[in-house]
Amino acid sequence: MRGNTKLAVSVLAVAVMVGMVGCSPSPSDSGTTNSPSDGGPTTLKIVYEKTDSFTALDTLFTKIKPEFEKAHKGVTVDLQPIQANDDDYSTKLALSQQSAETAPDVFYEDTFRLRSDVDAGYILNLDSHLATWDDWSNFIDGAKAAGKGDDGSIYAIPLGTDTRAIWYSKPVLTKAGIAVPWQPKTWDDVLEAARTIQKAEPGVVPFNMYAGKGTGEGTVMQSFFELLYGTGDSPLYNESEKKWVVGSQGFKDSLTFLQTLYKEKLAVDPSEALDPNVWKKIFGELFPQGKIGGTVEGSYAPSFWLKGGSYAWPGYADDMGVAAFPTQKGEAPGGVSMSGGWTLAVGAKTKSADLAFEFITVALNKENALWYAINNSQIAVRKDVASDPSYLAANPFVADVTKLVDFTHYRPATSDYPKISAEIQAATEAVITGQQSVDEAAAAYDKAVEGIVGADNVTKK
Amino acid sequence: MAADAFASTPSPMVRGPEPQGSGPRHHRSRTLVRILPLAPAVVLLAIFLAGPVFWSFYGSFTNAALTGFNAKNPTWVGLDNYLKLLADPVFPLSLWLTVVFVVSSAIIGQNLLGLGIALLMGQANRVVASVVGTVVVAAWVLPEIVAAFVAYAYFSKDGTLNQVLAGLGMTGPNWLYSFPMLAVVLANVWRGTAFSMMVYRAALNDVPVEITEAAMIDGAGGVKRLRFITVPMIRTSITTNLMLITLQTLSVFTLIWVMTAGGPGNNSTVLPVMAYQEAFKFGDIGYGTAIATVMLIIGAIFSVVYIRALRPGRS
Repeated sequence: MRGNTKLAVSVLAVAVMVGMVGCSPSPSDSGTTNSPSDGGPTTLKIVYEKTDSFTALDTLFTKIKPEFEKAHKGVTVDLQPIQANDDDYSTKLALSQQSAETAPDVFYEDTFRLRSDVDAGYILNLDSHLATWDDWSNFIDGAKAAGKGDDGSIYAIPLGTDTRAIWYSKPVLTKAGIAVPWQPKTWDDVLEAARTIQKAEPGVVPFNMYAGKGTGEGTVMQSFFELLYGTGDSPLYNESEKKWVVGSQGFKDSLTFLQTLYKEKLAVDPSEALDPNVWKKIFGELFPQGKIGGTVEGSYAPSFWLKGGSYAWPGYADDMGVAAFPTQKGEAPGGVSMSGGWTLAVGAKTKSADLAFEFITVALNKENALWYAINNSQIAVRKDVASDPSYLAANPFVADVTKLVDFTHYRPATSDYPKISAEIQAATEAVITGQQSVDEAAAAYDKAVEGIVGADNVTKK
Repeated sequence: MAADAFASTPSPMVRGPEPQGSGPRHHRSRTLVRILPLAPAVVLLAIFLAGPVFWSFYGSFTNAALTGFNAKNPTWVGLDNYLKLLADPVFPLSLWLTVVFVVSSAIIGQNLLGLGIALLMGQANRVVASVVGTVVVAAWVLPEIVAAFVAYAYFSKDGTLNQVLAGLGMTGPNWLYSFPMLAVVLANVWRGTAFSMMVYRAALNDVPVEITEAAMIDGAGGVKRLRFITVPMIRTSITTNLMLITLQTLSVFTLIWVMTAGGPGNNSTVLPVMAYQEAFKFGDIGYGTAIATVMLIIGAIFSVVYIRALRPGRS
């Protein structure tokens, strides 16, 4: 008996600890203290990301809050910034969606998670609201599609978009004898330049590209996909067949490229690459100090260096250069870019859908959208903003990075994508740390993809 | 379960003359009255302990997810998560790392070091003993997240350890990258030894001095006294301590997550880290809870082994 008691107690003890780890979302609770928008006191909960390097949205919402409350008697705007990186932000957001008590009315949503969250029933269909919003016609059609669900309805309004490019340090390249402006035509040109810098300037990181799970979605968006999408048509997902591509040579070649960068010590040390904060070092220290040749990063990179940015650096306008990332062997169209972007969406569990949508329309009116595009170095998604002189003059690179829209790619907008992205990140980490060969990592990826989407939804290439 | 066990243990306190005509019925109602004070605790245990455990166990048989279609309509998938786990190449590695972590940092590291320090403190003078005690307990007093940051600062590439090594003219490796398991094992030994030390100090204080002295007079040396007198006399403390530190170490998450996040690759992905990653990074709640259930089973196995060792009559 005593033994049984102890067994019971100890099993419970383990269970508690396990319970902590496998902590569960509570079943949804439909009770709410918010009264609907019938004139009574209403709270509008706004959830978004805020980090020490991303404060633009917080500034914008803080500015709108008093104006909005003044215009709507009895309405309180409850700003709830989540201090976390992109990955942790989406986890926290998803957890808050489990219950109507905690679910936000308006939230900041990454385009690549949108369809997945629509499937999960977290996001409100905005079609009926958009019909009454005149400003919607000011949005660029391509950008409108970013908020589209699988059913063709619009679920989210884009805040801006972005492209990806090579950012290089002119002083470092010049010192190594490479002519600027620099525009590599093939992958080999990139490696060639990196090796030249390595020889000429010891102590300088020649050319970095993200890899590993630490940098999360950045690993695929700002590194692996620039390689993969330069290896041929539909290298990741076949849109017409709606199948995921496995066994492709392009996938292996892309891994090999990253392996070469890290093996030859052209990039940062693998141990640093796995640090989620490696980009802070690159943009906050290495570029301003002239200690890195180049890297691949989003069109928003100047926002780090702008006055009031997290790594204010007045010299960036003169020292930095932008180039398109080349295709593998210089194939047409001669460059690769990836586009993503963030949106604002209304929570499906909201009790005040009209007010929530109205808040979004205020946040994205011309004045606010222009301010946001300039201060967060976004590529404008409103025609009137895109043609505004102050937008074009925001930083010296706006024209260059906007041009990349011509050959940009979007991630497959399927709800399986986030999981597959995680598998790619794992594959790059295995390769740069030497834990797996390129062939092993590619085979493990193929197997994982098949496990995620099922054997019927993959195609061999 | 727990309530039953407590309730059926006869209470030594109530021992007056039995009132006349006290049949089984009366006895039963008295038992009920005795159980009553336990009820709030049992209810709390059921809600906050048994509830999540049951949910986690149930979740492991579904495809519940954080996002996507399965978040809205999780369905029963039977043993799919477990089959997937058995086929997952990370799982055997993770299981092995968990065993390595528990055995080396708890059963060997914390336990032996704690016993050793406790024994030495018995010999040392009061000042030395209290200084050593304070230093060791300091790591235990720190909240886990603080201890994890301290350990990170110590082992990281430009951390304290490598600076000390540099001062001695040596170049230390990047511990967290090159030897992640060694780093987290040492960190956990550092953090957890105080607990074992305190348990053993208390136990050693209960060993009667006369017996040790008698053994000394009989000519038993230090090692012999330890083996034939001290250890057998503190046997129950040893097993209790082993059980507690095993279960604590099995669930260590913060320390490893802060220091290595399970990396590089999966080289320090113990089961709690793997469960967290699957459930909250990849959004696969069902799979994550399946891993949690496996941890529960491992904990139960360890417990059963220790409880058997605790049974009286086998010295």
